[in-house]
Amino acid sequence: MEFIKPGINLDIIGKRYIAFAFSAILILVSIGSLIIHRGPHYGIDFAGGTIIQIKCMEPVAIDNIKAGLAGVGLEGSAVQRFGQEKDNEFLVHTNQTLITDQGFSEEIKNAVEQSTGVGVEIRRIEMVGPQVGKDLQSKALFALFYTLLFITIYISGRFELKWILSGIMAAALIGAVYFFSLWNVSIPFLIAVALVVTLILFWQLRLKYAMGAVVALLHDVIITVGLFSILNIEFSLPIVAALLTIVGYSLNDTIIVYDRIRENLKRYNRLPIDEILNKSINETLSRTILTSTTTLIVLISLFFLGGDIIHDFSLALIVGVVVGTYSSIYVASPILLFLQEEGGAGSGRVVETAT
Amino acid sequence: MKDFSWRIPVVGLVLIVAVIYVIPTFKPGWWPNKQINLGLDLQGGMHLVLEVKTEKAVESTLERIRNELRGYFRDDQIRHKGIDYSGKKALSVKLLDAGDTKKVEALLQKNYGDVKILSSAMDNGVQTLTIGLTDEWVRQIKKQATEQALETIRNRIDQFGVTEPDIRVQGERRIQIQLPGIQDTERAKELIGKTALLEFKLLDDEHDLASALDGNVPPGSEILYQAVDGETETTAAQKQPYLVKKRTLMTGEYLTDARVQIDSQFNEPYVAIDFDRKGARIFERVTDENVKKRLAIVLDNKVYSAPTIQEKIPGGSARITGSFNAREAHDLAIVLRAGSLPAPVEIIEERTVGPSLGHDSITKGLYSMLVGGILVLIFMLVYYKGAGLIADFVLVLNILLIAAGLAAFGATLTLPGIAGIILTIGMAVDANVLIFERIREEMRLGKTPISAITNGFDRASLTILDANVTTLIAALVLFQFGTGPVKGFAVTLSLGVLASLFTALVISRLIFDYLYISVRVKSLSI
Repeated sequence: MEFIKPGINLDIIGKRYIAFAFSAILILVSIGSLIIHRGPHYGIDFAGGTIIQIKCMEPVAIDNIKAGLAGVGLEGSAVQRFGQEKDNEFLVHTNQTLITDQGFSEEIKNAVEQSTGVGVEIRRIEMVGPQVGKDLQSKALFALFYTLLFITIYISGRFELKWILSGIMAAALIGAVYFFSLWNVSIPFLIAVALVVTLILFWQLRLKYAMGAVVALLHDVIITVGLFSILNIEFSLPIVAALLTIVGYSLNDTIIVYDRIRENLKRYNRLPIDEILNKSINETLSRTILTSTTTLIVLISLFFLGGDIIHDFSLALIVGVVVGTYSSIYVASPILLFLQEEGGAGSGRVVETAT
Repeated sequence: MKDFSWRIPVVGLVLIVAVIYVIPTFKPGWWPNKQINLGLDLQGGMHLVLEVKTEKAVESTLERIRNELRGYFRDDQIRHKGIDYSGKKALSVKLLDAGDTKKVEALLQKNYGDVKILSSAMDNGVQTLTIGLTDEWVRQIKKQATEQALETIRNRIDQFGVTEPDIRVQGERRIQIQLPGIQDTERAKELIGKTALLEFKLLDDEHDLASALDGNVPPGSEILYQAVDGETETTAAQKQPYLVKKRTLMTGEYLTDARVQIDSQFNEPYVAIDFDRKGARIFERVTDENVKKRLAIVLDNKVYSAPTIQEKIPGGSARITGSFNAREAHDLAIVLRAGSLPAPVEIIEERTVGPSLGHDSITKGLYSMLVGGILVLIFMLVYYKGAGLIADFVLVLNILLIAAGLAAFGATLTLPGIAGIILTIGMAVDANVLIFERIREEMRLGKTPISAITNGFDRASLTILDANVTTLIAALVLFQFGTGPVKGFAVTLSLGVLASLFTALVISRLIFDYLYISVRVKSLSI
């Protein structure tokens, strides 16, 4: 059985400007949504606050729950249904970081039982203090940054044999970021600057594969975050885990195409570069589509059957896999050509040092 | 073939070891090694992060020094106009005789190595000395406060009886506590968070309580309230107030034991406490000096009882009575035995999952894994036929290896961790897909099955390695930064990547080689 017939030859490189335009629109929409919503919709992990998941034994109206909560100083907290209607589960969300000692959950249970008149079970409480939230936020950003950096060292090393150059560059960046982080600089700002500096350095040092991969990764992360912003889904720790996984996964795809490009550069050294890129993408297309299919099969099963707690997490992964697959076909490799045309010194080859 | 000789034993050994590690999870008690740990989100339990208010420990050290200095000044006949706080890390001493500066310096040198005279100033014949803790000492106090708090909390939890608690210092002043499977979370929190500073103080009988309540609190005294059952801050007005002298006659530091006893007369529980020899001597002296006065027993600034001292009490034991039930008395005895916290703690992060929710999560997680896994197995079988069957077989081995890895490293399986395994199922077939696609390409070039297989594996191996290393990098960074559930995800993802490398590059190659080289199967079903 074959989805993609052998010898397929889609003109992917030729249509790269359409793909770039499409990606640019997605990125602009994402950034636009983030600006309108003033950044991602942070959950309590990052913003601080309290979540209480309660299960009622019989159907109740949300207003009744709210009335009970108002009695214990939780007026103004958001109450929403969690999971399916028959579960009668609700999520109470407040920005307050409650003093949760001294009979707190008992108090809430009693208050809600009284106002609704049915039995209530407190299934989960999560409270994160504002300082902890801030710490987690910067930790997550650092994690994203370091992942990107380490991966680029690996790519520059494996594909361009520039282990030392990229290693020194990464060490300098890590040192600089560490130095500035001691100075009370805003961490999100710091990481953003560090990323821009990284890209400029890649450009200057002609680390094209690494740059192509990083551009593709940022593309995937921005679009996924943007989609979450549009859908107003909360940004929590598991979502960050999902984003880092997307980074790893999308790169996985990208590297397999790059690997083939490297191989074909050696084999067909008379063909023009754009044809080699196109050929490489087409040759790996079958594998790219297949692996994405099997990954999506399990993720969709996780999304529908895995329970409500990992709903958003699996959604993030699904979005990431789709975007990541698209980007490794239409962004990561075509951008090599773009880098070549814009930044190259007129040589017809992407990789002079490839072995 | 030459390399069958080592590959078969290696694969066999790995699989046997894996089975040994996995069996206890399904059949507990067969071998001594452990089951796979379940995270708090799967088995229910409580995760707490406490912040130790270390600056309070510095303040109380300063207070202690201030009290001790008064005594030393009295003993050495150094005349002074008072010792006051000067900021949070220093004291200011007003000496009447400037010539005593040397004496003070010597005294500090002798008793506290690290307390220094920071500055001195002369004003109207009064010499003002500023005495401060060195930064080094402040750091030391803060560090010790966190360590001691950890030790105390560990003691309390051990005595409370929680199976496999995980308590560790996080950063400079935070303590992370994980209590799996705990049911009574409120009680545990109360037990952990109590400072448990036990103090004995005299009631101030010379002044009028009513006028003190009106705002005329005499200097050297303070108003403390009685501890009441199930109290909340709002009901303070109904609690009985006491006018208590601020000076602490004795603290609970000399305590050796505390246990619950039942009063035979009123049939009420009380906590009996014993002091060590030094404590017994102090207690005897305190009671001797204050016969007929009322001694307040104060715990965390709440008065438990204030009995009148009838006579000198030798022997070093006392009892704490008050209106508490047997459970509260039991917990009080635990915190007294475990000692007081060197500084108050604040809960800054809490995650509690009820056992029923944990059970739901694990069922749903495993169910979705089963469904997703079977769909992938079917898909591979349909798409690659015979070769797909091999891929399916190694996929099952892959899951076995992940489970064994979890058990072997004592890692914790969390809900995102299950998601990680599910994701790996999807990604693990990738290695096989890469190999199979290569083999198909080689076949199309007209190669024989054997050379197609050899070339396919050889060419795909490096690609597979490159692709997996990047995922592994992401997983390792995630492991470094993550806590709890997220860490669980990083663990299963890393194990999954390693397992899929092994199963694809070693096991599935072994099977292919066996079929086409040893058994000489002629046609390749792929």
